[in-house]
Amino acid sequence: MNKIKHLSVTRKIDYATYAGVILAFAAVTILQRLDMVSRSMEGMLIPICCYVVMAVSLNLTVGILGELSLGHAGFMSVGAFSGVIAAMSLRDMLPSEPLRLAVSMVVGALFAVVASFVVGIPVLRLRGDYLAIVTLAFGEIIKEIMNCLIVGFDSKGLHIALNISGTVTIDSLGLDETGYAIIKGAQGATGTDKIATFTAGFILVMITLVVVLNLVRSRAGRAILAIRDNRIAAESVGINITKYKMMAFVTSAALAGAAGTLYGLNYSNMAAAKFDFNTSILVLVFVVLGGLGRIWGSVIAAVVLYVLPEALREFADYRMLVYAIVLILVMLATNTPAVRSMVGKMIPRRSKGGA
Amino acid sequence: MAKRFSPETKMVPFPSNAIVPERDMDSRPILEARNLGIDFGGLTAVEDFNVVVGRTEICGLIGPNGAGKTTVFNLLTKVYQPTRGTILLDGRDTYGMNTSQVSSAGIARTFQNIRLFDNLTVEDNVKLGLHNEIKYGMLGGILRMPGYWKQEKIAHQRALELLSIFDMQDMADQKAGSLPYGAQRRLEIVRALGTNPSLLLLDEPAAGMNPSETAELMENIIKIRDMFQIAIMLIEHDMNLVMGICEGIAVLNFGRIIAKGTPAEVQSNPAVIEAYLGKKKEG
Repeated sequence: MNKIKHLSVTRKIDYATYAGVILAFAAVTILQRLDMVSRSMEGMLIPICCYVVMAVSLNLTVGILGELSLGHAGFMSVGAFSGVIAAMSLRDMLPSEPLRLAVSMVVGALFAVVASFVVGIPVLRLRGDYLAIVTLAFGEIIKEIMNCLIVGFDSKGLHIALNISGTVTIDSLGLDETGYAIIKGAQGATGTDKIATFTAGFILVMITLVVVLNLVRSRAGRAILAIRDNRIAAESVGINITKYKMMAFVTSAALAGAAGTLYGLNYSNMAAAKFDFNTSILVLVFVVLGGLGRIWGSVIAAVVLYVLPEALREFADYRMLVYAIVLILVMLATNTPAVRSMVGKMIPRRSKGGA
Repeated sequence: MAKRFSPETKMVPFPSNAIVPERDMDSRPILEARNLGIDFGGLTAVEDFNVVVGRTEICGLIGPNGAGKTTVFNLLTKVYQPTRGTILLDGRDTYGMNTSQVSSAGIARTFQNIRLFDNLTVEDNVKLGLHNEIKYGMLGGILRMPGYWKQEKIAHQRALELLSIFDMQDMADQKAGSLPYGAQRRLEIVRALGTNPSLLLLDEPAAGMNPSETAELMENIIKIRDMFQIAIMLIEHDMNLVMGICEGIAVLNFGRIIAKGTPAEVQSNPAVIEAYLGKKKEG
């Protein structure tokens, strides 16, 4: 029957996405065992997972909800710093590193959720360009706030100060002798425990895929897609626009927050400047190149485009030039009807009536 | 409970004293608009709009282009908030409701320029009509809890059932945007029916249809009314359709109702003839 055939096509793509990620993880793990992964490549594994999660979650906002958000790195930043603070504060309470990582990621996601609510309530009333501009501003505001943040931990608990005047330093927190600094303003997080692992990254990617794909194929996801396709019609069938826009936006932010935590706990030093406008745009490029609304596209685009600059190392100074040319060529190629129909034959998108 | 209405809130026929079709007399009208009006800046688009629609009535809203017919639909569905007046849906004031709340309260509509979810399948379009009938939350969907499977199965069956009204079950997997024009119009009606309305507003349902398609549509509109026992209000320029199936007609010109009544009464009303054909030259 037609119905079953169609369902299986959508499901096949979903399952193929899961399978691809699992296979890639297995392959890399085996290669690691065999000592066949280069040092530089090994260092990129966790960031790749983070960027895959970022791309997939941004695709939820940009591709599926259809609202251009330019501040996705802001949520990553919130997640990174709150996660690092959580991981460092729980150092004594939770000696088990995987558990501490998991708890930190949840904390990072929760803080990103709070941030997305605060931003979402005013922002989601806007549309199109205006929404893009406000999210852009949000990303910059977060960056500036994180730049002022000074956090230390001692026997009395967490000490937090905002260095707005420019004169507050870590010494102003008055930590006792057991205390240590976690975040030092513009210097960012220093001396962080590197507890992020590739396995954790893989699990986060899988969770992200399950959340986003299952959400899209459910009642809520249909409503979100309906808002993208025709807002007025969506309202006319009784869909609460604000609720579902918020749902997509907050889910997207939560995942970005968890990715941020993983990213933050992968480096002993991390400055707020890392999560700037360029990072948001980088992730947006992954999403656009992978295809709006196409989740597997985001996964592949994030992996390939993150590794590409590294692979282009031999071009030395011309590296970014070649990178840009590759981007343009991919864009052109994927928009050529001939290539599209070829891909269309390989992946049956939608069975037409009859049969 | 026999309820009579004051003459100024009458829909059918005008100017005699009967208000709604005989069979609907004994129940409360489904829709009552009182002195409805809206201004856009200094321009009064609709003024003093008074109608009463019976529970299972098919009524028509006609008038020359730009008379404000679609604006009335937009007022009833709260796409625009009325500047003046009251809308009572089944006796309940819809003041302060927004479009989605009005939809949940029981008014469904189609659009003059078709508004489907083009990139979704026909079935998903109907399931979106069923959105508020499907009961499981976001987490239920993400975690694929038992409620998800059960509700989705019911929704799937219900969607096919609704599509079968227009014999469209076979198109369930096609993208809505790829359907032929007539099928898109029918799908919009099916989607609207999915919301379980008590009043269905059809904005030019026969636009762009040939005479045989229009004849089929007329049958289907009556079939829908009989099947669902709902009221239908339609805007239409095709006079054969309007005069053929409407029990009550309101004629709108420059935002005001210039005539109300049965098809026969409206057709012979001099004000209506003037609005459509212009004034007869004196002398």
